[in-house]
Amino acid sequence: MLTLQNLAATYGEGRVIDHIRLQANVGEVTCLVGRNGAGKSTTLKAIMGLIQTSADTLTLDGQDLLSLPTYDRARFGIGYVPQGRDIFQNMSVRDNLRIGLEANRKTQHVPDYIFDLFPILKDFLNRPGGDLSGGQQQQLAIARALVTDPKILILDEPTEGIQPSVIQEIGDVITKLKDKMAVLIVEQYLEFVLKIADQCYLLEKGQILMSGPTASIDQTQLKHTLAL
Amino acid sequence: MSTVIMQLFNGISVGSILLLAAVGLTITFGLMGIINMAHGEFIMIGAYTTYVVQLIFQKYFPGGFSAYVLVALVLSFLITALLGYILEKIIIRYLYDRPEDSLLVTWGLSLILQQLARNIFGAPDVSVTSPKFLQGNVAIGANIDLPINRLAILAIAILALGSVAYLLFRTKFGRNINATMQNRQMAAALGINTKRIDSLTFALGTGLAGLAGCTVTWIGSIGPSIGQDYIINAFITVVVGGAGTLLGTIFGSTFMGVGNTTLEYLTNPSIGQALVLILVIIILQFKPKGVFSLSSRKIDD
Repeated sequence: MLTLQNLAATYGEGRVIDHIRLQANVGEVTCLVGRNGAGKSTTLKAIMGLIQTSADTLTLDGQDLLSLPTYDRARFGIGYVPQGRDIFQNMSVRDNLRIGLEANRKTQHVPDYIFDLFPILKDFLNRPGGDLSGGQQQQLAIARALVTDPKILILDEPTEGIQPSVIQEIGDVITKLKDKMAVLIVEQYLEFVLKIADQCYLLEKGQILMSGPTASIDQTQLKHTLAL
Repeated sequence: MSTVIMQLFNGISVGSILLLAAVGLTITFGLMGIINMAHGEFIMIGAYTTYVVQLIFQKYFPGGFSAYVLVALVLSFLITALLGYILEKIIIRYLYDRPEDSLLVTWGLSLILQQLARNIFGAPDVSVTSPKFLQGNVAIGANIDLPINRLAILAIAILALGSVAYLLFRTKFGRNINATMQNRQMAAALGINTKRIDSLTFALGTGLAGLAGCTVTWIGSIGPSIGQDYIINAFITVVVGGAGTLLGTIFGSTFMGVGNTTLEYLTNPSIGQALVLILVIIILQFKPKGVFSLSSRKIDD
């Protein structure tokens, strides 16, 4: 379980996020939704330790993460899939996966379940990551995060620029994964959110406007906020 | 015919020394983006390490004098790599994303290191005695004698290049270097200690410069400013070949070596060097990132 309390971050003189409190549990998909600039990606980067932030609490399964550098947070169990995927373009699919494997598990063997989730990757193991399509790169990015054996998987706009059939596949994979780990997603694609999210946090201007089980969220307001 | 072969060999020989000097630079400059003007001084430290090892063998192990070469090769790499590691930890790591500052700081450092060498070893050049097995020539035909010491440098350059290629493309350390240089934040988010990788990568680059320093002692005397003889051509080698690529470094060093010796032979040393620089300018007009370009965090900035 990931617990975050009173997270704040500033860019220059402006406060981008403030008083962010959220919880992500195993068995649930937790979604952060909001318009561009609401502070969703900043929140994920803060959890990953990629930007300077302040928070009262950031724990994963009781372990304090605030004092840990990014690489130790990854080793402790945060799997991160960034916006834009950030595949190592010049490296093969196999080496992209090995990076995650070796840093965390001290092995080069990709677990079989990765190829059960993403069979296409097995066919393209020797292909440079940069040669894959956007959807395939997204699958590789998720697989690369999964081989780190995370306790929580966090994904930043996993449907961005992806064709609908692959979005469906990614949604299915996320739904399968939530029984093994907590899943925290930043997303603007409302249909996708409503389909897979168990818990929802709506962010506006760096603060949580409302939160709760997806079914109980006022969908009219959600749609209205995202449409603005 | 023999003249052509000898000129070609001379060019390749000069290129092999440049290759050794530049392969470390292609890592620190090409991959990490650090303009290390003190790279030449790590060549100098490698050379003086060889000199000291030779003196120790002369004094304490005269019977096994020839073996000093192997010890010097290892120590020149290790000592310069260790110094590079320390340097990265205390200075270089604060200069990432600050190329102008890194240039000035490392230039100052190069002056300090040269002065230190003058204080310790004196201003005049000193000679390193080559072991017997590196002396003499190998005859490969009528009127074609190839110096053994230069053949040995060529062999070490090929061996070093092969080792670096293996390290970068076939090992966990190499994958971590590639990942860190391509996208530092993503590498860290996957569990790689990127600061440690930076230190070790810089150490690898300076260690290779030290290895180059060991080999240059076989072809001439050495002095505190010997690094200055190589630093500019090594930078040109890396830039013209394509910063950060080993293929580019091979191309650049061969181009510089063979180009210099051939054009100097056909004209004179001054005109020959000027013509090579004109060729470099023409190449960079058409291939601004070098003949073999690579995408990395620094090059893309």
